[in-house]
Amino acid sequence: MKLRGIAFGLVLATGIASPVSAFEIERVVSPGGIEAWLVEDDSAPLTSISFAFRGGSAADPVGKEGLAEFVSGLLNEGAGELDSQAFQTRIADLSIDLSFSAGRDEFRGSIRMLTETRDEAIDLLHLALTEPRFDADAVERIRGQLMTMLASNATDPNDIAVRTWRTAAFPDHPYGRPPEGRPETIAQIGTDDFRDFVRRHFARDNLVIGVVGDVDSAALGAILDRLFGDLPAESELPAIPDVSPQGGGRTLVVERPIPQSIVLYGGPAIKRDDPDFYIAAILLEAVGGGFGSRLTKSVREERGLAYSVGANLVTYDHAGLVMGQAGTRNEKVAETIALIGEAFTDVAANGLTDEEIDDARDYIVGSYPLRMTSSMSTAGALVSIQLADLPIDYVERRAELFEAVTPEDIRRVAARLLDPANMLYVVVGTPVGVTGEIQAN
Amino acid sequence: MRPVLPTVLPAVLPAILTAVLAFAAPMLAPTARAAVFEPTVFTLDNGLDVVVIENHRAPVATIIVWYSVGAADEPPGKSGIAHFLEHLMFRGTDAYEPGEFSQIITRLGGENNAFTMQDATGYIESIAVEHLDTVMALEADRMVNLRLSDPIVLAERDVIIEERHQRTDNDPASRLGEMMRATLYLHHPYGTPIVGWAHEISALSPEDARTFYDRWYAPNNAILIVSGDVTPDRVRDMAEEHFGPVPAGDVPERVRLVEPDQTAPRRVILESPDVEQPAWSRYYLAPSYRSGASEHAYALQVLAEIIGEDSTSRLYRDLVIDRKIAAFAVAGYSPSTFDLGTFSFHVVPMPGTDMATIEAAIDASIASLIESGVTEEEVAQAIHRLQASAIKARDSLSGPAQLIGRALTTGQSIEDIEAWPERIGAVTAEAVLAAARDVLVLNRSVTGLLLAKPPS
Repeated sequence: MKLRGIAFGLVLATGIASPVSAFEIERVVSPGGIEAWLVEDDSAPLTSISFAFRGGSAADPVGKEGLAEFVSGLLNEGAGELDSQAFQTRIADLSIDLSFSAGRDEFRGSIRMLTETRDEAIDLLHLALTEPRFDADAVERIRGQLMTMLASNATDPNDIAVRTWRTAAFPDHPYGRPPEGRPETIAQIGTDDFRDFVRRHFARDNLVIGVVGDVDSAALGAILDRLFGDLPAESELPAIPDVSPQGGGRTLVVERPIPQSIVLYGGPAIKRDDPDFYIAAILLEAVGGGFGSRLTKSVREERGLAYSVGANLVTYDHAGLVMGQAGTRNEKVAETIALIGEAFTDVAANGLTDEEIDDARDYIVGSYPLRMTSSMSTAGALVSIQLADLPIDYVERRAELFEAVTPEDIRRVAARLLDPANMLYVVVGTPVGVTGEIQAN
Repeated sequence: MRPVLPTVLPAVLPAILTAVLAFAAPMLAPTARAAVFEPTVFTLDNGLDVVVIENHRAPVATIIVWYSVGAADEPPGKSGIAHFLEHLMFRGTDAYEPGEFSQIITRLGGENNAFTMQDATGYIESIAVEHLDTVMALEADRMVNLRLSDPIVLAERDVIIEERHQRTDNDPASRLGEMMRATLYLHHPYGTPIVGWAHEISALSPEDARTFYDRWYAPNNAILIVSGDVTPDRVRDMAEEHFGPVPAGDVPERVRLVEPDQTAPRRVILESPDVEQPAWSRYYLAPSYRSGASEHAYALQVLAEIIGEDSTSRLYRDLVIDRKIAAFAVAGYSPSTFDLGTFSFHVVPMPGTDMATIEAAIDASIASLIESGVTEEEVAQAIHRLQASAIKARDSLSGPAQLIGRALTTGQSIEDIEAWPERIGAVTAEAVLAAARDVLVLNRSVTGLLLAKPPS
């Protein structure tokens, strides 16, 4: 079987939305004025804190691509008096799960800690955010790790497809630059860059926080001030313009000697703050979601052409995209691309059936609580809602926003978003019968 | 549960490393370790075992129907049939059209999926608790009423060939893993890939699927696990209603070929222009909870924690931090296999380091371990960390259902699972040394090299 939707390193827009009536989200403001959303849950003696600073790899300076990701690898490599081994031994001995990750538009962190060692855990995270050491030894180690990952990705057909698509779709925009960097940029990034990143990104005005677990609002208030209270008030981030992907109608081929070609395609759509977002989310779920979607039926179930095929609505802060993919044997690439185009054209002209709309809507609405089954995933969802600038009662209101969508809405938005001629296609493999511009890897 | 990989890793793991780590893993691997779940267990008259784990965090539940049959139970020449049947379980019964199963679940806001392992096959749904009844009705239906028609079976077979392409054939690291596994197991079916060999997949027929289904799919060869916002009484009522009428089957014993004594080390080298990042790995044949020198199973988990679990472990400190010859270095061990499993090492060299240097470093590290053992302090730390992972294992809906199901289908009991923290706690430095000496024997190993080859 397959897992739903492949995001290709992009953020799944439908993943940002909505609701669980089972628990209450409380807005907590610390004595120092730091806000967090809290779900109290004492079902296990642990607490998860998820947080994000707006401003991610899209803010990497030109020539320093990979900086945000580099920093995410260094923040648990030593802080304050603790060098890398001392810091990580403390983390492991206290059974703390601490991780950092760089997204396009934000830099995320999360910590899960047992109640009995919570104070020590908070102190360690605070040290990591405010006094990271960036020791030369650790920097070179992480640099080496990043280099080996770049080398590994260099020949991976999925990575090749993503890089090729991104570069062609966003030729003059930060979204076209590689968040993971290139060997020559990773080689040039140094301690001054890390310190500059921390100073510009880790502030209170671009911070959102979600907390789930064995903690009450009073205790959380004190924790928030200890963790974030001495960060600078204001971040310093470059303005990033909105952008629409280029290359509609082009097909780029990267030749690789593999039995299965990877097809990646995408075109312009709408951003998360567009009022049509809820319509587009249902539309793409019905067209390119899991089993029962148009593409899975046509390409996989009826013809056996692919194990995974789909289309998603992807929203960045500054761009909205329809993105899709398929993996099919080389001799069937042309047929698969044609079938995807036919499905798009049909839905653009005729909309969806009432049953398709209902199925997709019911799935989107009904499956939301499944994202909130662990303290970590729930805290992360609270952060995502805030990053999307949605209100605290969004979880309760989410269902009605999707329920308001009509077949006419779907037809209108489908006509706007599902034109195969607006898609930029990338094929990696040895496709047969595909006319495309040959690209170097 | 703690990650299998060092937490120092930046956001994205190298594909190469995840691929080699997947070597010994099922197609969808539960990674958590056992813990104290306090489950409720009962058995229906037809032999269906039922396990209930209460978790009232959200009004949802995960249900997994496990069958105690996997790829290692396939008849010779029919590799891939267990996995093929798993796909066909979604392609219709007498009462439901192909695809309708998933459509019904999805419409109810549920997720559904399935996985095939060497020792078990599982069908998983996560859904709001008020729909649990519907899910059980559907699962009970496809336990006996599967319908297989030629065109559907043949289209699905093509899908599986694409799955094989995607998972294995397109990826040199996965191809190397497949060859290493086939080389490590000289005789036992774990050497055959779960997805199947390509030429045998292409020849699988609807009759093959029917035969396998009739032979193995029955309530007395299945375990129903429900984790979530439920009570044991409610689950019992629903299970009785839906699965109760399904008749028990005449299910055979699982009889597998036994691995002979292995008397020489093996080496597999894959050199390809599709490789830019080399990698080194080694697998030793190792006991499981059920097979071989199973008295070492707990000590080997402590050993893996000490030498290769994360960035404070011995190998990482030695190869990555001190000697700076590797970017990543990990060791792994899972005791949850029906037959002999593996103890594995994986290293991604730093740019410019040759494989001989890596291999010499690992060999020296193992030699020193076998000579001097581990310290009491290392053992105490490892035990503490492993036991803490048991507390966190409950912070998940599907995790406990995965872990318990895997244990029960590989010969463990609920008592074994619940006693895990205690048994880990009883491991001594002497036991770790004895296990290392017994298991890390080159004659029972395969070493794999993934190498770049300049295009000719």
